[in-house]
Amino acid sequence: MNVNQSAAPVPPFGQPQPIYPGYHQSNYGGQPGTTAPPTSYGAYNGPVPGYQQTLPQGVSRAPPSSGAPPVSTAQATCGQTAYGQFGQGDVQNGPSSTVQMQRLPGSQPFGSPLAPVVSQPAVLQPYGPPPTSAQVTAQLAGMQISGAMAPAPPPSGLGYGSFGPTRGPQPNYGSPYPGAPTFGSQPGPPQPLPPKRLDPDAIPSPIQVIEDDRNNRGSEPFVTGVRGQVPPLVTTSFLVKDQGNASPRYIRCTSYNIPCTSDMAKQAQVPLAAVIKPLARLPPEEASPYVVDHGESGPLRCNRCKAYMCPFMQFIEGGRRFQCCFCSCINDVPPQYFQHLDHTGKRVDAYDRPELSLGSYEFLATVDYCKNNKFPSPPAFIFMIDVSYNAIRTGLVRLLCEELKSLLDYLPREGGAEESAIRVGFVTYNKVLHFYNVKSSLAQPQMMVVSDVADMFVPLLDGFLVNVNESRAVITSLLDQIPEMFADTRETETVFAPVIQAGMEALKAAECAGKLFLFHTSLPIAEAPGKLKNRDDRKLINTDKEKTLFQPQTGAYQTLAKECVAQGCCVDLFLFPNQYVDVATLSVVPQLTGGSVYKYACFQVENDQERFLSDLRRDVQKVVGFDAVMRVRTSTGIRAVDFFGAFYMSNTTDVELAGLDGDKTVTVEFKHDDRLNEESGALLQCALLYTSCAGQRRLRIHNLALNCCTLLADLYRNCETDTLINYMAKFAYRGVLNSPVKSVRDTLITQCAQILACYRKNCASPSSAGQLILPECMKLLPVYLNCVLKSDVLQPGAEVTTDDRAYVRQLVTSMDVAETNVFFYPRLLPLTKSPIESTTEPPAIRASEERLSNGDIYLLENGLNLFLWVGASVQQGVVQSLFNVPSFSQITSGLSVLPVLDNPLSKKVRGLIDSLRAQRSRYMKLIVVKQEDKLEMLFKHFLVEDKSLSGGASYVDFLCHMHKEIRQLLS
Amino acid sequence: MATYLEFIQQNEERDGVRFSWNVWPSSRLEATRMVVPLACLLTPLKERPDLPPVQYEPVLCSRPTCKAVLNPLCQVDYRAKLWACNFCFQRNQFPPAYAGISEVNQPAELMPQFSTIEYVIQRGAQSPLIFLYVVDTCLEEDDLQALKESLQMSLSLLPPDALVGLITFGRMVQVHELSCEGISKSYVFRGTKDLTAKQIQDMLGLSKPAMPMQQARPAQPQEHPFVSSRFLQPIQKIDMNLTDLLGELQRDPWPVTQGKRPLRSTGVALSIAVGLLEGTFPNTGARIMLFTGGPPTQGPGMVVGDELKIPIRSWHDIEKDNARFMKKATKHYEMLANRTAANGHCIDIYACALDQTGLLEMKCCTNLTGGHMVMGDSFNTSLFKQTFQRIFSKDFNGDFRMAFGATLEVKTSRELKIAGAIGPCVSLNMKGPCVSENELGVGGTSQWKICGLDPTSTLGIYFEVVNQHNAPIPQGGRGAIQFVTQYQHSSTQKRIRVTTIARNWADAQSQLRHIEAAFDQEAAAVLMARLGVFRAESEEGPDVLRWLDRQLIRLCQKFGQYNKEDPTSFRLSDSFSLYPQFMFHLRRSPFLQVFNNSPDESSYYRHHFARQDLTQSLIMIQPILYSYSFHGPPEPVLLDSSSILADRILLMDTFFQIVIYLGETIAQWQKAGYQDMPEYENFKHLLQAPLDDAQEILQARFPMPRYINTEHGGSQARFLLSKVNPSQTHNNLYAWGQETGAPILTDDVSLQVFMDHLKKLAVSSAC
Repeated sequence: MNVNQSAAPVPPFGQPQPIYPGYHQSNYGGQPGTTAPPTSYGAYNGPVPGYQQTLPQGVSRAPPSSGAPPVSTAQATCGQTAYGQFGQGDVQNGPSSTVQMQRLPGSQPFGSPLAPVVSQPAVLQPYGPPPTSAQVTAQLAGMQISGAMAPAPPPSGLGYGSFGPTRGPQPNYGSPYPGAPTFGSQPGPPQPLPPKRLDPDAIPSPIQVIEDDRNNRGSEPFVTGVRGQVPPLVTTSFLVKDQGNASPRYIRCTSYNIPCTSDMAKQAQVPLAAVIKPLARLPPEEASPYVVDHGESGPLRCNRCKAYMCPFMQFIEGGRRFQCCFCSCINDVPPQYFQHLDHTGKRVDAYDRPELSLGSYEFLATVDYCKNNKFPSPPAFIFMIDVSYNAIRTGLVRLLCEELKSLLDYLPREGGAEESAIRVGFVTYNKVLHFYNVKSSLAQPQMMVVSDVADMFVPLLDGFLVNVNESRAVITSLLDQIPEMFADTRETETVFAPVIQAGMEALKAAECAGKLFLFHTSLPIAEAPGKLKNRDDRKLINTDKEKTLFQPQTGAYQTLAKECVAQGCCVDLFLFPNQYVDVATLSVVPQLTGGSVYKYACFQVENDQERFLSDLRRDVQKVVGFDAVMRVRTSTGIRAVDFFGAFYMSNTTDVELAGLDGDKTVTVEFKHDDRLNEESGALLQCALLYTSCAGQRRLRIHNLALNCCTLLADLYRNCETDTLINYMAKFAYRGVLNSPVKSVRDTLITQCAQILACYRKNCASPSSAGQLILPECMKLLPVYLNCVLKSDVLQPGAEVTTDDRAYVRQLVTSMDVAETNVFFYPRLLPLTKSPIESTTEPPAIRASEERLSNGDIYLLENGLNLFLWVGASVQQGVVQSLFNVPSFSQITSGLSVLPVLDNPLSKKVRGLIDSLRAQRSRYMKLIVVKQEDKLEMLFKHFLVEDKSLSGGASYVDFLCHMHKEIRQLLS
Repeated sequence: MATYLEFIQQNEERDGVRFSWNVWPSSRLEATRMVVPLACLLTPLKERPDLPPVQYEPVLCSRPTCKAVLNPLCQVDYRAKLWACNFCFQRNQFPPAYAGISEVNQPAELMPQFSTIEYVIQRGAQSPLIFLYVVDTCLEEDDLQALKESLQMSLSLLPPDALVGLITFGRMVQVHELSCEGISKSYVFRGTKDLTAKQIQDMLGLSKPAMPMQQARPAQPQEHPFVSSRFLQPIQKIDMNLTDLLGELQRDPWPVTQGKRPLRSTGVALSIAVGLLEGTFPNTGARIMLFTGGPPTQGPGMVVGDELKIPIRSWHDIEKDNARFMKKATKHYEMLANRTAANGHCIDIYACALDQTGLLEMKCCTNLTGGHMVMGDSFNTSLFKQTFQRIFSKDFNGDFRMAFGATLEVKTSRELKIAGAIGPCVSLNMKGPCVSENELGVGGTSQWKICGLDPTSTLGIYFEVVNQHNAPIPQGGRGAIQFVTQYQHSSTQKRIRVTTIARNWADAQSQLRHIEAAFDQEAAAVLMARLGVFRAESEEGPDVLRWLDRQLIRLCQKFGQYNKEDPTSFRLSDSFSLYPQFMFHLRRSPFLQVFNNSPDESSYYRHHFARQDLTQSLIMIQPILYSYSFHGPPEPVLLDSSSILADRILLMDTFFQIVIYLGETIAQWQKAGYQDMPEYENFKHLLQAPLDDAQEILQARFPMPRYINTEHGGSQARFLLSKVNPSQTHNNLYAWGQETGAPILTDDVSLQVFMDHLKKLAVSSAC
């Protein structure tokens, strides 16, 4: 197979689609009169060199096998001529990269006996009747031989710039294909070359794309003033200047240019979705949203659709009225809000008012926006600690209690508040629940046992939820005593649902919202509501019943979650299982209440302390909005129809979140319900009503304007693959609840194939069917999609437990784009390649075993896991300075902490690990893996471009398969 | 022997028994014609300082259906070492220990003066006494404070090895674990949910450790009670803990909105208390002491809703069948009471509130288990404080005046059968040959359980003469009854008290005079009153009064001397002379009249009436009135409006109230301050005299009476005016006109009118 990618930032040729003609199509002899010797496919080298040439990193990327010299001009010529040959007309639009896939009649050409079953036969078929042409062959030959001499179109005039950082409109699309006739005439004998494996360097590289984006867009701030701009990739670090649209940190869309009609949208199959992170944390350089107070009357809204005042509202009649940009209703401007307009029709105070000039801002809510028409009380945190035998034995309880003593000083506080307004409460439990009265006036804490777990209630009111500073002595005494009290426990059974119920009831009794921190160890088998049985059954995998593994065992937890949401009770669950705990069921409540689940399998204090405490600290300290309702309004023509994330919905429009923190993301899908107008574009307004940590009721508003298009090419040019993958992964992960995993996978592949086929059919210049042409913005779609398909949820390996799958499933559901990006395509960083003094992160390399050198050390991270891979022949000096042991063989495999050594390398590596951890919302535990060690299996699982042990296709194979699918659709 | 009066008194002192008839009619027919049934008031644990218990076990008749205890009435063959049971005539061998027996060397139980004898049983594990406090926290701050102090004080009065437990309740019920250091621990239950005993035990974690405990039992049987419950701990061990715990006890923290009653889960609290003891210490002496300051307002056993605008049920509501919680609540408490009784535990209720607290519904808890019922206005009154303190008073031996888990067994000679008992007892359903078909009170059994007893607890026991008319009993024949009371003494010893009495039979036709003379009208009045009150619990008030009236008329017809149809000729002999008067006052008493009494008060009065001894019962029926004046020493005067004179101080004792009433003139003198003038020191003494006497009564009485100091025209004077015979009312004031006295504004008939009617009806042949 031959796959070519054009990833060059500034390719020398002007076409948006550099086509690498499928030279060996001719070899397949589909065309009468042409008989190509079987060896002729060797000519496929043609594209390869060209390709290589465009790659900036020659050294690391070029595998020894692909020795063809880079001949840029030749390639360019080829491409140009190829277009000409196929008579591709001016329909060609949008930057795209074409990839030609070619194959021998047999599978052998891959030279890999391990070729996956999935791809092999599939790939074969499309090539069955390969269109061959002498011209092509000749062309290839020409390219090979005389590429340099081939006439190249003037680079300046070509629209290749569209690959570049600006992505501006490309007026020159049609022009660069003048040479069709010439191409055909170019004679040349086929160049016989030995059969070769498809060169992985020739296929689109995520690393390259990320690097390019970083280089091109990382330096300038992203200014949000212009409608429909595609922001830089999530992997690029950039600053945002809010000039009327919400920062991409808050909202990212799959496409910034929406098809005007639903027919177009259907044709393209590109999901229209926005990934919204309403409370996203901002870098310190960016200001958090301004708070606007509209006084007693509350935020100014459209009378009809209730949209909030935003920069897109049109003031008319000299400012006395405004027209709603969402529903076109004309509203009166209240006298106190009146302001004159300037000559452009803009209010003169537009720049003084955040709601008239910024994409994101907050309103202070009035009492009408509060539950029961009462301003909320400050929220509360309740710590609910499993004290059954398992929890005690592992030392968890002691560790936790010790930590809480200091952690309670760091409860989230608002702005410059002296102390946190949040009150805390404590519950321990096994088969029964123990509540603690820690009222400040008590000499010692009082414990209240509730054994009536069937009908949970809160035994006390006063003294359960307390201010930390006031009750410090009692709390400290309590936390000292908890580990002692249960030190001799023999109780192994636990309950679960009653614990949540209790917490919820406590908040209800205190009439406040809040968060429960549950620390739980085992399957709740004690007789109580929500009792679970062990239903783990690996035999179900790959059957129609596999979905049951992801479904909750009982509906009780949904009901409970609903009550929690009504109370504004968010549940964060920390799991410490030794065996199956049925994460699928236990995570229902956290999931529906906007909480988080943390899982520490086989928890041991020595090994996992750091990770757990770090997660706990972060989780406790993070700013949370409580009792939130999110509503996404759109301008007429589109409508939010589907929502993905950790929340609950009681109707079709309101996303209810008992708690929402800065890590939680909601993905929203839109559908057309009318024609859109290119002029006015499409508007989104996401309004989040929530209670802040201090108990203030607020509305956070994010606005985003998108372009609309009548040409599909515009759509493809303004897509964001990372966002698309985020949506598709969430869509698929939700699908496994209801459909067999296989059909979910198939759906994904089909959709992806349709997207690409649509592009191929409507946007790309006509070319040989053997060519795989990918839109520039989506050229990573196959590789990323393959990663999704291979993920533990959709294709579990033998070592992946049911709990792990359920855990990952629910994690992904509320991930943002950056997280899904690195989760599905992990970052692999070589440690010794870059100079030791450099402070920046070393450039990543592609996640494939081929890229690893046994003389080097690599870090791999995916947001959850962190590996340090040590090559077998790494220098002794490096081993010594990193591990403080003399030789490779003495490195402890599975080590989780690097020794603290005073040498530049050690410092640098540890510093790098720390900085990686700082970037992620969860602490990544380090695992040191030695080459050829048994732990390496674990590591290899994350080399996602390779074939996986569980049967996941390699990138190359998958691309073949994808191509086949596309061709099928096209034919 | 002197008079019957002396005989009766002597018997009462020795055996704690008073019979309605001291000579028994010898046939069933005659006995029924006597109107007043053959019955007795038995005080099983009557204090006998002169009766040291014997340290061995009683000798029982070997016939399995009899098992009567060897007693002075048995025929003994000293030579053959045989004794004949005087109930079944079985001949029994003396046990080997009695080998040395002879006419001169008799064991105590054969001596006539030991017709009542007490044995101490050495067998079996002794379990300590258990006191489980069940405390309402929905009280006013000062009330709670007072209660806490009383409870803390009581800890010092308990025997050091006694086990104590604490349950508090309000909206929730908390069972406090007492053994924990550093952190006080309690188990909390929802106040609205009824739980079975098993659930309670499971939830308290009591059921599990029972397993290893049973295995360990053979090795250390004695230790079992001490370790098995975290909730009941020896007072000496946790004295400080518990004192602190009580000290920290807070009012129920749940907010009570305006217009609502606090939510009080009395029903569940009691249920948990019962379940706790049931699971841990069945069949040992235990007291559940419930302190409550208001009606149960939620959960099982709720008596009234929490809406203040809906008042708690009154007699009026009950008659109108308008008390919607009453039946359910009563059922709940009855179920608890029966379970408690089955376990041999008793429940005390200390209810202090200005309004009703649901005693009507809860009464069975005390009535069936022999517990105390105390009703007061506030825990912060001396009435409660001293009454409570008196629970822990000690007798001449330094032992608590309380006994637990008693069973009373009655054996009769074959001419008699047992009809039933009325008192703080439950039936053990022991059928036997001496159990009558006809029930009076709690019948159908020869054994009763009395879970809580004190030296004054008195049962009325009713018999039926079954000897047929045609089978005359030979001259000099005597009927015998044996009362065997097994109980746990407050020193935790097991004891058996045996009282055997015998009375002569007499042929009612030929020897009616004898029988008449041996009539104990006081005992009869109380016994009849108990029957009446017992009926009143289940029947309509007027029916009971009619029944009582008919009985009285029939008695008068039978024993009065009169000429037919001539009321003026009607005379009653001395032994009957007071009886009609007792009945008159009984009719007016709060035991049968509910007018002006709340259902709770009625329950309270009836509770005490059914357990006090004869003297106290008589005071309750007919209060005692003393008069103090310058005319002479204090004297008892008629309970009559004519006794209310301006220059007298009256002291009335109704058992429940002590009223000191200053006559009009006295009150004026007092207001003028004569008592402070040295020259009127005698007036000061006069004022002081009734106070001193009242104090004396207050000291001895349990429960402590309500102490009322009032004067002519005072509002509290109503207590006196409602009791006295209204011989002068607004209707006849001027007709009587002579001496003065105080007119009573009532339409009730006076004793005089009552007697006139009685005479008329008695002599009439119509009925």
